Amino acid sequence: MSARVALSIDGRDVQVASGTTLREACQVVGIEIPTLCFNPNFSAANACRLCVVELEGARTLVPACSRRVESGMRIQTGSDRVRLSRRLVLELLGSSVDLSVAHELGELMQEYGARPERFADGEAATVQQPVKIDNELYVRDYSRCVLCYRCVQACGVEAQNTFAIWVSGRGFEARISTEYDAPLPDSACVYCGNCIEVCPTGALMFKSEFDLREAGTWDEGRQSTTTTICSYCGVGCSLDLVVQDNQIVRVNSPEGNDITLGNLCIKGRFGHQFVSGPKRRGR
Amino acid sequence: MDVKLSGAAATDVERAAVATVLGPEPPQDGRVVRAGRAQREHRHLLLPALHALQDSVGWLSRGAVDHLAERLAVAPAEIYGVASFYHLLATEPQPALAVHVCDDVACRAAGAGALLGQLGEAARRSACLGLCDHGSAALVRRTGPAAERLDVAVAPVTAAQVAGFLRGDPPPELAAVDAPPPQAGDPGLRLLRRAAGKVITTVDGYEAAGGLAALRRALERGPDWVLAEVKSAGLVGRGGAAFPTARKWEAVLRAPSRPHYAVCNADESETGTFKDRLLLERDSFAVLESLVIAGFATGSEHGFVYVRDEYPLARARLQAAIEDLRQAGWLGASVGGAGFAFDVELRRGAGAYICGEETALFNSIEGRRGEPRNKPPFPVESGLFGQPTAVNNVETLVAVLEALQAGGSASSKLFCVSGPVLRPGVYEVEFGTTLQALIELAGGLQPGRRLQAVLLGGAAGSLVGPGRLGLQLSFEAARAAGLSLGSGAVVVIDQSLDLTEVVLRIARFFREESCGQCVPCRVGTVRQEEALRRLFSGRPLGSREDELVRLSEVAQVMRDASICGLGQTAAIAVQSALKELL
Ligand SMILES: Cc1cc2nc3c(=O)[nH]c(=O)nc-3n(C[C@H](O)[C@H](O)[C@H](O)COP(=O)(O)O)c2cc1C
Ligand code: SF4
Ligand code: SF4
Ligand code: SF4
Ligand code: FES
Ligand code: FES
Repeated sequence: MSARVALSIDGRDVQVASGTTLREACQVVGIEIPTLCFNPNFSAANACRLCVVELEGARTLVPACSRRVESGMRIQTGSDRVRLSRRLVLELLGSSVDLSVAHELGELMQEYGARPERFADGEAATVQQPVKIDNELYVRDYSRCVLCYRCVQACGVEAQNTFAIWVSGRGFEARISTEYDAPLPDSACVYCGNCIEVCPTGALMFKSEFDLREAGTWDEGRQSTTTTICSYCGVGCSLDLVVQDNQIVRVNSPEGNDITLGNLCIKGRFGHQFVSGPKRRGR
Repeated sequence: MDVKLSGAAATDVERAAVATVLGPEPPQDGRVVRAGRAQREHRHLLLPALHALQDSVGWLSRGAVDHLAERLAVAPAEIYGVASFYHLLATEPQPALAVHVCDDVACRAAGAGALLGQLGEAARRSACLGLCDHGSAALVRRTGPAAERLDVAVAPVTAAQVAGFLRGDPPPELAAVDAPPPQAGDPGLRLLRRAAGKVITTVDGYEAAGGLAALRRALERGPDWVLAEVKSAGLVGRGGAAFPTARKWEAVLRAPSRPHYAVCNADESETGTFKDRLLLERDSFAVLESLVIAGFATGSEHGFVYVRDEYPLARARLQAAIEDLRQAGWLGASVGGAGFAFDVELRRGAGAYICGEETALFNSIEGRRGEPRNKPPFPVESGLFGQPTAVNNVETLVAVLEALQAGGSASSKLFCVSGPVLRPGVYEVEFGTTLQALIELAGGLQPGRRLQAVLLGGAAGSLVGPGRLGLQLSFEAARAAGLSLGSGAVVVIDQSLDLTEVVLRIARFFREESCGQCVPCRVGTVRQEEALRRLFSGRPLGSREDELVRLSEVAQVMRDASICGLGQTAAIAVQSALKELL
């Protein structure tokens, strides 16, 4: 894999190791390619198509998140054609999915001049549906789901190997679902929360965060993050505790952390009530 | 992995249905789910097992899915994901009897609109059933115990008949739609030579008609000879992409990873296309002979024929032919006694146009959702089960037999002519024949009809006006004209049909057949249909120009950024009609 491959990106010559993806090659020259379904810890889902770039000689655009470099490739990352596709992907999503808490997508919409309202005439189909609140730990609001496949990957062979959720149905009716849409407590879910960690749109959300948002008291300005180590077992997973008003409102594990790769178990993810419990020493 | 089950139990009937596919249940000690390698290797039997359940019970219950999960070590959520992908599998209880009536473009063009207007709610509407030459079509199905089951295609069909079927009237015999093509008797036929004659039902009969000669010669002369002959005949694939067959086979033959697979793509679901059905039903031995040759020329040991579920007669005839060929030693451990091991398995689709896309087809055989894979890697490198795979269209395979004849060529092509012409059907013509000549060969338009447009290549093709009748039907000429022969569908549309109805039906087809994996196609096909509805009903969002810009931008993102050919072609017919005809 040590062979070098030479290609050109936006007119600049680049040499990278073979096996590198176009996205990584772009990073080498300081170009950030927008992504949505891509997660560095998982194999590419190739689903959102936000990351497309123009490859000279190819009939269609190609996904930079997964396409590997080949010698002599000539890539354009910001051509009109590329920008149109990205803008349309954002508009198609924005007109069918509730992206109100998907901040990164919001920023991209601005950057690409996306106006989803062009497609929304009130009768336009959306994925709107009731929020699923069927357990005390996290809620699933698939009105916010962009079908990036990341939660399915996280629950499956890429991380958790529990297989509680999968994509069901097809086409615009495709949804993330347990078998027969069973409530989570009846499914195989073990509440590791790894799906919440990777969800880019807030479709999967800690119940604690959901409740604060519902009450209108979720306030990122009043939040701080404390990095610590999970106190339960000897693995020593890194935790990022998001705290608002002296209460833990969300537990993340950094996606780039070598120990967890963003994954935790139910104890590290949700078992923090003792921290603020009434019997805690010193309280 | 642990498989968590819901506690719902499968009925005895459900267990028995699963056992017909997976064999008797292994001894259980009641506590351990056996989730070893042996089980996982049966994963590819998931879809056949789902079919067995659907056929005998009429739907897939939770208990049945749990039972399958246990037997295959596949999670219930994933099995549900697979089952809910296919139109012809049900995850909720259904009436045992279902009548699916075609409401697609070719039948409408032939005048089925009246029939559709009279249908009650109980009849299900279906996309093209591949019986377009009959002008209207229905598929009658009843699930239940084997003796009560029905799976019959009826064409043509009337509203009264449909109502009768729904009341329990027996449909006519399976073979009622079985007719030779209109050119029968023409000595110049090559691809249709056997299909135009009496249906061959035995290996001996097939040999007497000159069958197996190509396979014998291939076994004698070796894979490189086959490749050279197919190459010199200039054969390119007939499944739509026009890829050189010899190049595909050679790449598989030379691929280092083993095993290799040879797959016949008989999913034919493109609107207005029925040529493969004719070959599968009336020339099944030839399709299989050629698949064996494909296996030989690609170093494969195992072949699959993936047939769309809506073709019951084709499946029955293929299955019988496979068994006969096996009996006669033309499939099995040593094909024709030549020491080459190759066997073929028939697989049923389950109602999904997308499963004709080669990589979706692999996923479907593997027991996964029929979602296309990103390419590269291409199938010749990583195809079925991740192994080098040659996948070919039915017509391509039959054309291989012609190419392997002494002095053989690949200069003719099949076209499916439907709509209000005098003799609709499958026609074999030389490449370069004009569209006009083809329509005239089919008897021309019925008296009193005036041509409005032709849907060339199916839903994924283009709508062209009478000004294009001079088009020469060859891959090169079509490409030069910015068109594609696609699947060989030629749906003639006369002035009596509202073209906006055709365009909307095509838009709905793509919306309903999108697998849903990628954003441009999943949402784009929906927005395209919505915009067309607004436009045609005179209620555009903003001005008409705004709507046209929106449509063309959606068309561009679908073409440029979709994963597969479905999304990439989902706007072609629509755009061609908007630009040239509406
Ligand atoms: C949406 C879609 C549907 C397709 N359906 C079929 C089909 O039903 N039959 C077929 O032979 N090829 C179909 N194809 C083309 C196949 O992907 C593949 O190119 C073909 O089977 C290769 O065979 P050939 O080289 O003999 O043409 C389809 C492609 C797409 C994108
Ligand atoms: S919480 Fe864990 S087990 Fe449950 S669905 Fe999410 S990833 Fe799967
Ligand atoms: S729930 Fe979240 S992670 Fe899962 S597919 Fe939807 S957006 Fe992606
Ligand atoms: S283009 Fe359409 S059919 Fe093809 S992968 Fe994307 S969503 Fe699926
Ligand atoms: S980030 Fe590449 S396809 Fe989604
Ligand atoms: S059978 Fe009706 S359009 Fe093909």
